[in-house]
Amino acid sequence: MSNELKNHFVIIMPAYNEAGRIASTIAGIRKFSGADIIVVNDGSTDDTVAEAKEAGADVINLPFNLGYGAALQTGFKYALKKKYEFAVQMDADGQHDPSSILPLIKPVINDEIDIVIGSRFLDKGNYKAPLVRRMGMYFFGFITSILTGRKITDPTSGFQALNKKVMEFYASKAYPFDYPDADVLIMLHRKGFRFKEVPVIMHNAAKPSMHGGIIKPLYYIFKMLLSIFMTLLRKE
Amino acid sequence: MTIQQKIFALVIGAGLFMIILEMVRRRRLAEEYSFLWLGTGFGIVVLVVWYDLLEWLTYLIGARTATTTLFIIGFVFVILINLHYSVKITRLAAQVKDLAQKIAIYEKEDS
Repeated sequence: MSNELKNHFVIIMPAYNEAGRIASTIAGIRKFSGADIIVVNDGSTDDTVAEAKEAGADVINLPFNLGYGAALQTGFKYALKKKYEFAVQMDADGQHDPSSILPLIKPVINDEIDIVIGSRFLDKGNYKAPLVRRMGMYFFGFITSILTGRKITDPTSGFQALNKKVMEFYASKAYPFDYPDADVLIMLHRKGFRFKEVPVIMHNAAKPSMHGGIIKPLYYIFKMLLSIFMTLLRKE
Repeated sequence: MTIQQKIFALVIGAGLFMIILEMVRRRRLAEEYSFLWLGTGFGIVVLVVWYDLLEWLTYLIGARTATTTLFIIGFVFVILINLHYSVKITRLAAQVKDLAQKIAIYEKEDS
């Protein structure tokens, strides 16, 4: 990647107890991109911070666990303060394959689009989710597709590339604390942002999903449906 | 409503009212949070003293006895107080999140 591209483009990675994985994730990114890497440590109790620093990332330390959305938002606020023009958000657990960074960010840097969402389902990848999770993704993909008028195959994807305008929107109070998924895509659509999905490679997560168990998936479904409904009711 | 029921409701209503006032006086409860509690105590006292109003309300909501009406009104106040707290907690959670993010960003810039 050219130096010019590197300078105004940052990789934001929220991390909660990712020791043992985060160093290899950062090393993986380094093979494909020289961009600055900001790890937002979301109150980890293990060696995430030390490992991330040693691997060469900049680390922002949240004083306690705020949740995935709020941690990600901290990264966007920081990136805006540091005047980055573009950002890629990705997970710290190695689920998102760094070879997909360039195809994600290129259309954004070329101003063809405001935000690109990496989809694990557009191409035949090796990602295999449990049946219930797959059904949930399909369900919210279906709702999001209807409400945005375009086909959305992966509404829960946290692998995205975005420009400054979207970063400013993500840094606003409209952005959810916990799970910024289908509801955010609908907000983006209603705000008039240009967005599309591109195929990316995702691997199965090395640690259990945050949607594991019984209560959490049920809460997720309830919260997401309510959030989508409220998004539709809001005028702005 | 029997005389025992009236005395009991009066003691509860007036007692609640006075406890809340005392807590506000000792700054253990902010004025801002005391209004709904004071309203609950005051409302109970008014309804017991002004019995015609209580009977009219009982007729209006279709309750069988005046004590039921008192109970329902007290319960509605408690729900409102809880709702009030939920709204406050929502705002506090957003403020705590913003503060934590700011601290983390400032610390990063300082280092």
